[in-house]
Amino acid sequence: MGGSHTKTWPSPADLTLPDSSGWNKVPLIGALIGVACIGAAAAMGWTSGRFAFAYLTAYMYWLSIALGGLFFVIIQFAARAGWSVLVRRVAENIAATMPLFAVLFIPILLNMDHLYHHWLHPDANDAVLAHKAGYLNKTFFLVRAALYFITWTGLALFFHRQSTRQDVDGDIRHTSKMQAMSYPAIALFGLSITFAAIDWVKSIDPHWFSTMWGVYYFAGAILGFFALFGLLTVMMTREGSDLFHGTVTTEHRHDIGKFTFGFVVFWTYIAFSQYFLIWYASLPEETVWFKHHLAGNWEAVGYVLIGGHFILPFLFLMSRHMKRNRTTYAMGAVWLLFMHWVDLYWNIMPMYVPHGAPADYHSHFALSPEDILTFVGVGGLFFATFAFLLRRQAIVPIRDPRLGESLRFENF
Amino acid sequence: MSTDHDTNEREYGLLAEFTNPGAVFHACEKVRDAGFTVWDSHTPFPVHGLDKAMGLKRSPLPWVVLVAGLTGASLAMLLQWWIGEVAYRMVISGKPLFAWQPSIPITFELGVLFAAFASVFGLLHLCRLPRHHHPLFSSTRFERVTDDRFFIAIESGDPKYDREQTRSFLASLGATAVEVIEDRDVD
Repeated sequence: MGGSHTKTWPSPADLTLPDSSGWNKVPLIGALIGVACIGAAAAMGWTSGRFAFAYLTAYMYWLSIALGGLFFVIIQFAARAGWSVLVRRVAENIAATMPLFAVLFIPILLNMDHLYHHWLHPDANDAVLAHKAGYLNKTFFLVRAALYFITWTGLALFFHRQSTRQDVDGDIRHTSKMQAMSYPAIALFGLSITFAAIDWVKSIDPHWFSTMWGVYYFAGAILGFFALFGLLTVMMTREGSDLFHGTVTTEHRHDIGKFTFGFVVFWTYIAFSQYFLIWYASLPEETVWFKHHLAGNWEAVGYVLIGGHFILPFLFLMSRHMKRNRTTYAMGAVWLLFMHWVDLYWNIMPMYVPHGAPADYHSHFALSPEDILTFVGVGGLFFATFAFLLRRQAIVPIRDPRLGESLRFENF
Repeated sequence: MSTDHDTNEREYGLLAEFTNPGAVFHACEKVRDAGFTVWDSHTPFPVHGLDKAMGLKRSPLPWVVLVAGLTGASLAMLLQWWIGEVAYRMVISGKPLFAWQPSIPITFELGVLFAAFASVFGLLHLCRLPRHHHPLFSSTRFERVTDDRFFIAIESGDPKYDREQTRSFLASLGATAVEVIEDRDVD
């Protein structure tokens, strides 16, 4: 508060991406890397099915971050938050990459026989899957996928358009509309992310039961988003090339850091709850999942998750100083983004069985080039779309009615 | 705390009254810069940034809470191991006598409980609470601290304290009134 009386704010014209910014090159470079990497991975692993599983992992990873961005924007309006206005456009742009993910779903559709053959072509004597056929059939699967993309794209573009229109006309009614929309949006978001996670990942192993799986994916998604969001904020406010011209301060980064830390604990809480209930009940239709995911050297990956996805970041990010310091926070964020990938990898990859593998095939952890290439490829396309959106309008909602509150924001 | 029963009155310090948060905020900065250490400010509502204007250091409470939380979590794990493996060696629904999985909820709960107790009682201790009386309550002017007045109290125990000089210093900061507060022993 003390110094803010004498502070001079940048003019709205300064809060757009300058021509000299490296972000201007990202759309082209990202798109080239994306297409090249995904193409190479597809050429290598299309017939074995390795590409299908690697691609699904990468797809669910970057989708989770876009969904996390959408969730963040929604709750800012539901809570009528003032602190986040300055950084909200970054999240709006992350969420508005959603149409890309509708297009990127096509390779999953083409590989459905690799991914979902358990329920697409069930064993005739399988009473459990016969019982689930009303939900797990191809037509309904496609209808649901369409509904998810309509929901997500509709919501993401609604918030993005209202917010960017307010840049032009300064009309406070855009804020009222977004607030009114935010409450049903929470319900729509919660239902769609839960069922999408069940459809696209859990249904690979269609005998498995877990009422935690939807919220497990949600928890990782929000954590992944906050880690990337915080990392982008650190990168975009670098001394010397601060795109925000000093308006985004340690205080805003500190709050994103608190969210990151909080969702480390939330993910752990959800992950443990799923494991603990299955361990305690010891029902075969539930434990069979862990039998696969803890088989062979996959167990070691599980321990890496306990240490690397919880204990290490929990202790590392606990202190206020670690969250406020650029370098330490960026280290924590990069580590968590890596761990979020390990988490999804451990959830999806143990279910991969190579095409034509012998009946006694045992899944084990072995990194293949397809895994890396798809991760980089989908990521390249994600950043290309994000940077494309970033330069289309101001990087801050410059006429948001709560902008002043965000400019003066300070933690106790 | 005086044990001298011959004189039941001694000087607690000076109380300066301000009429708005801006005035008390800038006065706090000046008191801080003048080098006073034993003093406090009192406002009817939280004034953002006042802790920095007063030059307050960060509270040691988070470290107390961390240690208490880890102690609670460790004790809970130890307790459950002792119950399962030592005191009541009973096999229940085919589970091991002790396993970390079912022990986590209680470990978490006891960690949180200890941390919560440490934060509440640590806070009371650091604030020197509870106490049934404070010398400032003898001032009728101070009653408006819960309504529309803002105060700075500099205690006589401060090394830089001098009744007349400190009084004129406080008046020069824009205080609308400065009064000497006596520390009356309650019988």
